[in-house]
Amino acid sequence: MSVSQIISWCVAAITFGTVIMYGCIGETINQKAGDLNLGVPGVMQIGGIAALAAAFLYERAVTSLNPVLSMLIALLACLIASALAGLLFAFLTVTLKVNQNVTGLTLTIFGTGIANFFGGSMMKLSGGVGTISVARTANIFRMKLPFLFGKFGAFGSIVFSHGWMVYLALILAFAIQYFLDKTRVGLNLRSVGENPATADAAGINVTRYKYLASIIGSAICGLGGLFYVMDYIQGSWANDSTIEALGWLAVALVIFTSWKPKNATWGAYLFGLCYWAYIYIPGSVSKFLAEKLNLSKATYMQNLYKMLPYLVTIVVLCAVSRKKKRENQAPASLGLSYFREER
Amino acid sequence: MEKVHHRSFLRVTKKDEASLPVKALVIAIAIFCALLVSALFIFFVTKLDPISVYVSMFKGAFGTKRRAWITIRDACLLLLISLSLAPAFRMRFWNCGAEGQILLGGLSTAALMIYFGNKVPTPLLLLVMMIASMLSGAIWAFLPAYFKAKYDTNETLFTLMMNYVGIQLIEFFVDFWDKKQSHSVGIINMNGQGGWFPPVFGQQYTLNILIVLVVTVFIYVYMKYSKHGYEGAVVGESVATAKYAGINVPKVIRNNVLLSGAISGLAGFVEVSGISHTISNNTAGGRGFTAIIVCWLAKFNPFAMALISLFIVFLSKGAAQISSDFGLNEFASQIITGIILFFILSSDFFNNYKVSFNHNRKEGR
Repeated sequence: MSVSQIISWCVAAITFGTVIMYGCIGETINQKAGDLNLGVPGVMQIGGIAALAAAFLYERAVTSLNPVLSMLIALLACLIASALAGLLFAFLTVTLKVNQNVTGLTLTIFGTGIANFFGGSMMKLSGGVGTISVARTANIFRMKLPFLFGKFGAFGSIVFSHGWMVYLALILAFAIQYFLDKTRVGLNLRSVGENPATADAAGINVTRYKYLASIIGSAICGLGGLFYVMDYIQGSWANDSTIEALGWLAVALVIFTSWKPKNATWGAYLFGLCYWAYIYIPGSVSKFLAEKLNLSKATYMQNLYKMLPYLVTIVVLCAVSRKKKRENQAPASLGLSYFREER
Repeated sequence: MEKVHHRSFLRVTKKDEASLPVKALVIAIAIFCALLVSALFIFFVTKLDPISVYVSMFKGAFGTKRRAWITIRDACLLLLISLSLAPAFRMRFWNCGAEGQILLGGLSTAALMIYFGNKVPTPLLLLVMMIASMLSGAIWAFLPAYFKAKYDTNETLFTLMMNYVGIQLIEFFVDFWDKKQSHSVGIINMNGQGGWFPPVFGQQYTLNILIVLVVTVFIYVYMKYSKHGYEGAVVGESVATAKYAGINVPKVIRNNVLLSGAISGLAGFVEVSGISHTISNNTAGGRGFTAIIVCWLAKFNPFAMALISLFIVFLSKGAAQISSDFGLNEFASQIITGIILFFILSSDFFNNYKVSFNHNRKEGR
């Protein structure tokens, strides 16, 4: 494998990793409050489509694009839409005490519907033809870092050739880690997820914490969707359910990182490397295997290589559960609704 | 903390479970509200008259004899998958892997159709395919069940990941079998129809319905009267109680999940051999997830599952009709399904809790 191939592999892995890093950070906040939100794929899609729709409407409305404004509009739309999805989840699971798994899965069905419906028919609804594209806004999101891009050789090509949201994800991961470990509010949040009855008795408003965690967590998940739409597929929409798979991987990453966002900073990229490995596995290996399996084309092997990220996740899940280290466990009340009069 | 609890204006208390007429009324109100919200959505997005849209939906699902049969056929399939989840869910084992188990069942069915179709008499082939599909579904469920039972590994994610492994396996075999390099196997045994469900009593889908009927009765009896089914319920209520009562918890988990996987695999067989006669990564088509919600809403009652499945399939057929009538995208049906599910899920709250106003707000609790 040549150096340039390694570079492009790493770059692709970082782009991929950033999507699931946002999802993982958001879901970690959710889960630390004791809420297992399986709606991550749905929330990501809602955030992504909201950003896309907002940018699309803005691009159509103006002739000369204000780059900062178009970026802000997309961001704001994404945050509001995904926060609303989080609010819906919180209302159902906290106030109405509906089972979290079922609510999350419904949110995924709903979000997938919303996103694919508008992604597929927005052009038509607004009187145009063809597929939706917001290349101009996407280019602003994908603008490379000034001063640093193109320097420091191979290292620079891997590290500095991304849009700003890649770096925001890293900062956010460490910031949330600090928030959970060192701040009063963060500790309160964790106590809600560990034992809501005790937290309640200590004067923590469990309902408010759960609501806020769900809303803020979902908003961060939504950023993953925005990044997917603007950077990963460069300002368009694809009904190929890739983003759904990424959403599930983000949930898996939460366990992989053992509920520590700082671990997502490398774990997400590792998932990215696994995900793209199928392109970079040398042709001679595929050819050899294809001959053994009597395939007519060596590229058919790629179908099997694509299992890699999922297999790795399974192995990690099993390994983590076998070890059972105390500090690596899920919040004790994860997945349970809290009703004060039931304790 | 100096802050005292803020007493809210509304007070929620638990009540005895509602009676059946009350429950029915609550669900009816929920569905009505959901249809109202969906109508608003339809109106604002498309500016169409929602009433004519709902009429069009009904026509889409039951408008012609053929459409009605297809609605029933698809409802049966969804019911079958929902039934398959019941033994697992009652133990609080979140089998999100029905998609993968269906795909694997479909894969082994397709393989047998391709290699033995039109060579082996169809009744024999159907029997072999049925057994093979159940085995492969069970195998796909076994790994998560084994690790759950032994190390308490998170089954939700394990089964989800198994779905994607299954999808890639399907992609691989589709390429492997596809002679034209079009990444599709097409309709298998178009000539001769080897391994297809034959029409019974002059109806194409009699066999589908019969299989689902048998499984419905089986699951009802299994859950209600069998020792294993009962043990599963105990494990779901409390693992500690189950252990105290001398139940072999890992064994109960394994067996119930194996049963769950086997029936999902059977659903793959019904889909491939009885409906589509092809295999692709879309063979499961998200039904594995919808079934989770069906199963949960029905509280594991097979007959309630049948009603809910029919209702959901009716909705999606209807919404598909709207999409084609009014030139919308087919995902409109998923949105409406989502809205209705949200409402029905929420409505359960009113069966279990009572909301009253807080009058004496100054008094302590």
